[in-house]
Amino acid sequence: MSRHRNVRGYNYDEDFDDDDMYGQSVDDDYCCISPATANQFIYSRQERQAPKEEPLEEEEYEDESKAYSFVPLFPLAKSRDVSHNKLDSEVVPKVARMTVSGKKQTMGFDVPRYLTHISQGENGVVTASLRRGGSPENATATPASETTSKRPETPSKGSNGDEPSTVPTPGRSSGKARQTINIKAELEKRQGGKPLLNLVVIGHVDAGKSTLMGHLLYLLGNVNKRTMHKYEQESKKAGKASFAYAWVLDETGEERDRGVTMDVGMTKFETNSKVVTLMDAPGHKDFIPNMITGAAQADVAVLVVDASRGEFEAGFEAGGQTREHALLVRSLGVTQLAVAVNKMDQVNWQQERFQDITSKLGHFLKQAGFKESDVFYIPTSGLSGENLTTRSSVAQLTSWYSGRSLLEQIDAFKAPQRSVDKPFRLCVSDVFKDQGSGFCVTGKIEAGYIQTGDRILAMPPNETCNVKGITLHDEALDWAAAGDHVSLTVTGMDIIKINVGCVFCDTKEPIRVCTRFRARILLFNIEVPITQGFPVLLHYQTVSEPATIRKLISVLHKSSGEVLKKKPKCLSKGMNAIVEIQTQRPVSLELYKDYKELGRFMLRYVGSTIAAGVVTEVK
Amino acid sequence: MKLLHKDIEKDNAGQVTLMPEEAEDMWHTYNLLQVGDSLRASTIRKVQTESPTGSVGSSRVRTTLTLCVETIDFDSQACQLRVKGTNLEENQYVKMGAYHTIELELNRKFTLAKKSWDSVVLDRIEQACDATQKADVAAVVMQEGLANLVLVTPAMTLLRAKVEVTIPRKRRGSCTQHEKVAVMVYCLLSFLLLPFLLVVKCILVASPGFVKDQFITYLFKEAVRHDNKILLENRPKFMLVHSSSGHKYSLKEILSDPTVTNRLSDTKAAGEVKALEDFYKMLQHEPDRAFYGLAHVEKAAEALAIDTLLISDKLFRHQDVPTRSRYVRLVDNVRDNGGNVRIFSSLHVSGEQLTQLSGVAAILRFPIADLSEPEDDSSSDDD
Repeated sequence: MSRHRNVRGYNYDEDFDDDDMYGQSVDDDYCCISPATANQFIYSRQERQAPKEEPLEEEEYEDESKAYSFVPLFPLAKSRDVSHNKLDSEVVPKVARMTVSGKKQTMGFDVPRYLTHISQGENGVVTASLRRGGSPENATATPASETTSKRPETPSKGSNGDEPSTVPTPGRSSGKARQTINIKAELEKRQGGKPLLNLVVIGHVDAGKSTLMGHLLYLLGNVNKRTMHKYEQESKKAGKASFAYAWVLDETGEERDRGVTMDVGMTKFETNSKVVTLMDAPGHKDFIPNMITGAAQADVAVLVVDASRGEFEAGFEAGGQTREHALLVRSLGVTQLAVAVNKMDQVNWQQERFQDITSKLGHFLKQAGFKESDVFYIPTSGLSGENLTTRSSVAQLTSWYSGRSLLEQIDAFKAPQRSVDKPFRLCVSDVFKDQGSGFCVTGKIEAGYIQTGDRILAMPPNETCNVKGITLHDEALDWAAAGDHVSLTVTGMDIIKINVGCVFCDTKEPIRVCTRFRARILLFNIEVPITQGFPVLLHYQTVSEPATIRKLISVLHKSSGEVLKKKPKCLSKGMNAIVEIQTQRPVSLELYKDYKELGRFMLRYVGSTIAAGVVTEVK
Repeated sequence: MKLLHKDIEKDNAGQVTLMPEEAEDMWHTYNLLQVGDSLRASTIRKVQTESPTGSVGSSRVRTTLTLCVETIDFDSQACQLRVKGTNLEENQYVKMGAYHTIELELNRKFTLAKKSWDSVVLDRIEQACDATQKADVAAVVMQEGLANLVLVTPAMTLLRAKVEVTIPRKRRGSCTQHEKVAVMVYCLLSFLLLPFLLVVKCILVASPGFVKDQFITYLFKEAVRHDNKILLENRPKFMLVHSSSGHKYSLKEILSDPTVTNRLSDTKAAGEVKALEDFYKMLQHEPDRAFYGLAHVEKAAEALAIDTLLISDKLFRHQDVPTRSRYVRLVDNVRDNGGNVRIFSSLHVSGEQLTQLSGVAAILRFPIADLSEPEDDSSSDDD
């Protein structure tokens, strides 16, 4: 009978959707033994592909993965070893490892970790080959084997294929020599040694952000000629011929109709030494909440300004978005900025215009807090494609400009340090129901790492769920670490409970939830003074929640931080103050001193940003 | 509200007979009542009857009772007022001193007797009986995934419906889900909006971005498709306004929008919003001429400096008589000195904001040096 029916390969997990009770015997009930031990010692037929093997070595526990996370370079790299034959050999070593179980619990892992990505022909990380008893066999599994497993959770011992290869070159691993990247098996991943970078494109409305990026993607080959041609034709038909490149990123019907980007468009591309997640933000004032969501997840930014006469001035003055966007990204923690002075072909690549813009912007950005050494200015033309991927050949430009092209500049950005060793945190930016059981959440992992099969906790609903699958840029993975923008398929929870703004965290170290908290804020240029009871809109990561300023506690001196005045009557622009904020609904927050990225927030009122702040205390 | 009979003596004691006609009158009555007043109204009482055979039955009897008011409850969503108190007059069904809860009904008269009628209360009666200010406006504030449907009357802002949905965002390759959910939201909203079409004078639709345009297009497309005459006839009542978010406080923005104020110049709500804006402007430009907090404002009143007094009516519902009379005295003081008094309804968005700001604020005629007292915190912290 097993000839005709796929009995062995039957995926019982799919059968009983979210119900943990069925399909497992009562003995498996997690009240008696911990899931980790259960996974380790109790043979489950579903795990017929590589059984969960708890790594034994001490080295593993020393460092919580401080490793980087990298996007797989080639699809092939995503090979998983389905080693049925290893089954027997590994059951034996398992028994021998019983003694270590106690220590394992502290790791909080239910699923053994494996390196899932082997890049072909690359110097992968040497995992502790000593660790695994069955490694000789593993070495036989070639990296190229691309057996697709039925379930994304299949742990793979892919890394083993790399073991014979050399020790990772630390220099290549990340922009900075991280000798902390250790042999922690699964979580040392370097797909081709390219660190991941999150880039956001900001600027005033109609500065040319979408067109610039669309053209860049086209030149890099991410968009094929036929698709481009199709866009050109359709946009011409719609009467928006100049928006052809922008259509690469603006995909919804409405965005194309109106010719504006309304929501952050996400995609990825690669440069010589980086894998870049691109977020194209809307420039319109009304869509700033969406732009904040995108910018909160970014590490570096490209500010696009329009060089045409009058346009730059319009964007740069008080009501324009150039200032607001720059301030926002700075407040959200971005330190490196590339300014693309766009539409230079409209001003005939004049040097004086470029200098003019550069000096004005430079002055402003310095005030905003950007270091001069971290800001770069590049003249470009999005529509014609000059100076995007290669150095320009336009004579008018090369006569006075010999700096980098946009792509080279993006390549030259320093990738930031990721806090992979902190407890897992992921801010949900999108929730939707995909095919299959469970539902998908998208977001950027702010700290820590995650694997398929993990149990994670969602706050504020305070519910746990299982991670069924991880997808990064449309490719399924088994793990992901801080800095990745992934979409998780989770089961075991009601989709209603999760909305944009929830934070998924480690079950052992949950994030705090509150309605009142104290914060230190810096006020921008505001017209209306802030008094007690002032209603504002709190923007924290992906959350946007109405809140009131409950109490004005004190005013601080801008640079020294000492208290100038206690219990002030009101706050006006430029002040640095400590206030107590109360939100309508509970939000999950982290203190600034624990997590630099997660401790920042913005306050907006009537369509403009009035303050940026950091969380100092949670009540 | 109809004023049927008024009988107030020299020492300010007396009684007044009123008949509420609409929901808003309940709100006015709520503001008139105080603990210790006596209220006479027709109500239903459950009476236990014992028949000669010994079996007990109960029946409901309509009778007129006079109560000494002890507790007042107002449900803002349903606009119901319930008053609990002890019986004062002899009645064939209810003993003296027995407790009863009267639920005031529309179109039934009631008589209210107080020991002292002050100016604030008399003002309110006049306001309630004033037939001119009856503009009702419905407003829909929305943004992606959130919509609030609000009914704005002269004295109240009632949240009628709130729709909140998680709309999946745009993703590479699949944008259709986004549109589907958006359409669902519009459908729901149009359904909720229908009851208000005939009642209100104007319907404001506000949102950031293009959501409002999409909503209106959808609404009228469906109206044409289903040949919905009511909707089509009331088309001119719809007005599109820009707002910065879909939350309730954006209502303030909408009401201060010039195009809206032109259309709704007689709405009390718009007037209150403007007054509060003036206060904030003054606070920004000349902080010594704008005060808030009871202690500060009282000091300014003593100096005869107050030009405009903004006060929330929540303070007058304070059941503690000395505190209340303090506020009343403040109001009288300002009126006597030729200042304006604006009493903000605490159900309006502007009133809520004023309440957060301690409930009383003043714009002065001339600047007074800032009296900051570091030790005392005039704003009470009610958790």
